[in-house]
Amino acid sequence: MAESFSGLDTFPKLLLHHARVRGERPAIREKDLGIWQTWSWARFADEVRSLAGGLAAQGFKRGDHLALVGDNRPRIYAAMCAAQCLGGIPVPLYQDAVAAEMAFPIQNASITHVLAEDQEQVDKLLEILPQCPSLAHIYYDEPRGLRHYAQPQLMSCDKLLELGSEFLRRDAAFLDAEIAKGAGADTAAMFFTSGTTGAAKGVVLTHHSLIDRARAAADMEGLNDADVVLAYLPPAWIGQNIFSYAQPFVTGYCICCPESAETVMSDMRDIGPTYYFAPPRVFEALLTQVSIRMEDASALKRSLYRYFMKVARRIGGDILDGRSVGVLDRLAYGLGNLLIYGPLRNVLGMSRVRVAYTAGEAIGPDLFRFYRSIGINLKQLYGSTETSVFVCVQPNGQVKADTVGPAVKGVELSFTPERELLIRSPGLFKEYYKNPQATAESKDAQGWFHTGDAGYVDADGHLKIIDRVKDVGKLADGALFAPKYLENKLKFFPYIKEAVAFGHGRDRVCAFINMDMEAVGNWAEKRSLPYAGYVDLASRDEVYALMRDCVEQVNADLAGEPELAGSQIHRFLILHKQLEADDGELTRTSKVRRRHVGEKYASLVDALYGGKEMIHVEAQVRYEDGRTGSISADLKIRDTKVFPPAAAQKAA
Amino acid sequence: MATGLEGRAQRVGEVILAVDGVSLAFGGVKALSDVSFDVREHEVRAIIGPNGAGKSSMLNVINGVYHPQQGTIRYLGREYHDMDPHEVAESGISRTFQSLALFKGMSVLDNIMTGRNLKMRSGILLQALRIGPALREEIAHREIVERIIDFLEIQAYRKTPVGRLPYGLQKRVDLARALAMEPRVLLLDEPMAGMNIEEKQDMCRFILDVNDQFGTTIVLIEHDMSVVMDISDRVVVLDYGKKIGDGSPDDVRANQAVIDAYLGVSH
Repeated sequence: MAESFSGLDTFPKLLLHHARVRGERPAIREKDLGIWQTWSWARFADEVRSLAGGLAAQGFKRGDHLALVGDNRPRIYAAMCAAQCLGGIPVPLYQDAVAAEMAFPIQNASITHVLAEDQEQVDKLLEILPQCPSLAHIYYDEPRGLRHYAQPQLMSCDKLLELGSEFLRRDAAFLDAEIAKGAGADTAAMFFTSGTTGAAKGVVLTHHSLIDRARAAADMEGLNDADVVLAYLPPAWIGQNIFSYAQPFVTGYCICCPESAETVMSDMRDIGPTYYFAPPRVFEALLTQVSIRMEDASALKRSLYRYFMKVARRIGGDILDGRSVGVLDRLAYGLGNLLIYGPLRNVLGMSRVRVAYTAGEAIGPDLFRFYRSIGINLKQLYGSTETSVFVCVQPNGQVKADTVGPAVKGVELSFTPERELLIRSPGLFKEYYKNPQATAESKDAQGWFHTGDAGYVDADGHLKIIDRVKDVGKLADGALFAPKYLENKLKFFPYIKEAVAFGHGRDRVCAFINMDMEAVGNWAEKRSLPYAGYVDLASRDEVYALMRDCVEQVNADLAGEPELAGSQIHRFLILHKQLEADDGELTRTSKVRRRHVGEKYASLVDALYGGKEMIHVEAQVRYEDGRTGSISADLKIRDTKVFPPAAAQKAA
Repeated sequence: MATGLEGRAQRVGEVILAVDGVSLAFGGVKALSDVSFDVREHEVRAIIGPNGAGKSSMLNVINGVYHPQQGTIRYLGREYHDMDPHEVAESGISRTFQSLALFKGMSVLDNIMTGRNLKMRSGILLQALRIGPALREEIAHREIVERIIDFLEIQAYRKTPVGRLPYGLQKRVDLARALAMEPRVLLLDEPMAGMNIEEKQDMCRFILDVNDQFGTTIVLIEHDMSVVMDISDRVVVLDYGKKIGDGSPDDVRANQAVIDAYLGVSH
């Protein structure tokens, strides 16, 4: 890398650098009216300048917070940088949060200015206006439907840009002086954590930490300004922010905003990203789609697919890792590449992917190997909001399904006696906003961050995560109980969307299962099994039998692991509804809130342990528009076979 | 939603379409007898009535599919007789259909493009070759179509064959095609029929948005009373081919003849 970044210690300074060095290269693309519209770095910088000028004209000053509510849109990212130009702090909020969830961050940071994407977001903000008296300015990007809104707080982005250009005409030196005042140690952004554990906390990150981590990972993977990323996950999530803001600012690559959430797949095929991130559930959903479509294909195609996937499973990973493979195998793989893998990668929009990451939760080994075997360089990483993401990344050629790789340059790892992972890294957060107590609890005097994750480093120096420390429990007889480990094993089956395991302090383990409507629905169709809807299908005996097979396979697996043999699942039921973030059962990043689910469905848990065969349930559901309704159903409960630890080897 | 939605861009204006004493009979069957009403510019005008009341016949008369035996229709102050549907369409009145009339095997995009057909000026040969002025013209038309796709939020289905879409979306494509003609008056034949509640709400919002943003005058037939009452400015009620009520939704709701027609009375 010949490019010198010395002295460029804030994002606005990096932006000006790119506008100078690669002004005509694409910075952001957005599909609008069916066509990819491109902003060059120079155009991006102009937009940022005008927005910053507009914000300054509106009284936004150093240290103020600017909330951003919207999907991935060029303006959202431009506003992020505009706030930073003025020494302000952008606070991206989850765009799919309901109004009440937005009130806390706005109150917590006494936010005065908000940029909202469209009418939907504006409506939510107006709804919480009475609880958030600090909110004085709401800017909106997409004017559709907002023409007749008369609230004095509202202003369109176009108007703001106009104010900005005017402001900068009057005082041309103002903005450059403001940008020059910024330093690496200043706060760059604040992210509210999704709150798996209680109330949301604002994580304060500095320019230095974000830029340092973004660069460490970019150097490791050799990212450069020719790379392309599809920005399709919520900008309020630190990961998306790193991939679509921090890293492009560090390397100068281009990000692409899809047309809408529904068009992500086809937009991805249009763009052909070279650098890609997705949580395991996205990879899983893609594979489910592929499998379903393969089942509907002609017999010839099906047998070709089966044959070459077998070849890929055997040698694909080795070829990707650069290990030596026999000539005949190599030929077979080459043919498979021509007939199956290449077209498949193309359908997935991953033809040009050089580096793909997954993180956030454990990925199923089969799923992981599938993508690697067809030649997609999928790797795992470990990190969190508090660490500016990059803590551990699997380097090329050293990829294992069950670890998250060794520490990235600059990171130190350590463990408490309870196996809790501690981290020290230049990417660590400054503090939790206005919450010194929480800050002190998770960051000790020596600068170690207590992750709350339990794990260990294996013989190759790779980190392996088992579960959350607080979730690792004990069965009544004292045996180790790691619920997430069990749930993950269950979720690796395509038919199971979500699972919740109970067992802490109990004599045995029982579980709730959430079936995957798409996969089970298709399975039922293939067997001409009629069903009226989700609740009906979930209660069919045939589906129970299918799920029991899955549970018993997990039990057989567990029997082979001495520490966890006691955690075999004795009884289960299939829930009558999908677990939903809107009902508080999942976090916004779609992780199960186990304790909450346990409390909400206490009667079902009691039934699991009480030996009943059937339980009636009535549940409140909350629809997206805030209305509530109720579902009632009779749930069956089934016993499963468990395996004695020794006999398991013979059975398997 | 209750935030400052009062007041539209265009206030309801002058009479744009007037139906005067129209009677239509098929042999001995009287579909319409002596029906008169008017439609003002920029308003949402509903025609309601029980099954067989003559609603669709009324629309077909306006649309030029049927020619009434008696009565006149004045559009923009000009009386028209025996106009063909395509002439009516060219004059700025477009419509959607109760039973969808889309090209099932064609993509959503192509279906909507057909709505631009009347506006295409270049010859068939140039269009087939896609050269010169034909190409420029197609790009211009495509831009308008893309705005409509964006407006109706069907970007994700641009290239999907219409036959593969769920019914509610097909209805939306039908509306998109009608909008592609940039009509002054839009006739909607039971736009909400067969939809679930969510789809109905979406459709209502789109109808109001079209009316508000493009100022399009809307005449719609519907037999779901609650929908009609919520979104219409004025309502005409037909029963057995006769007009039995005309006025604001509240007036119509209170009209005894309408209540009788809908709920039935003992004779």
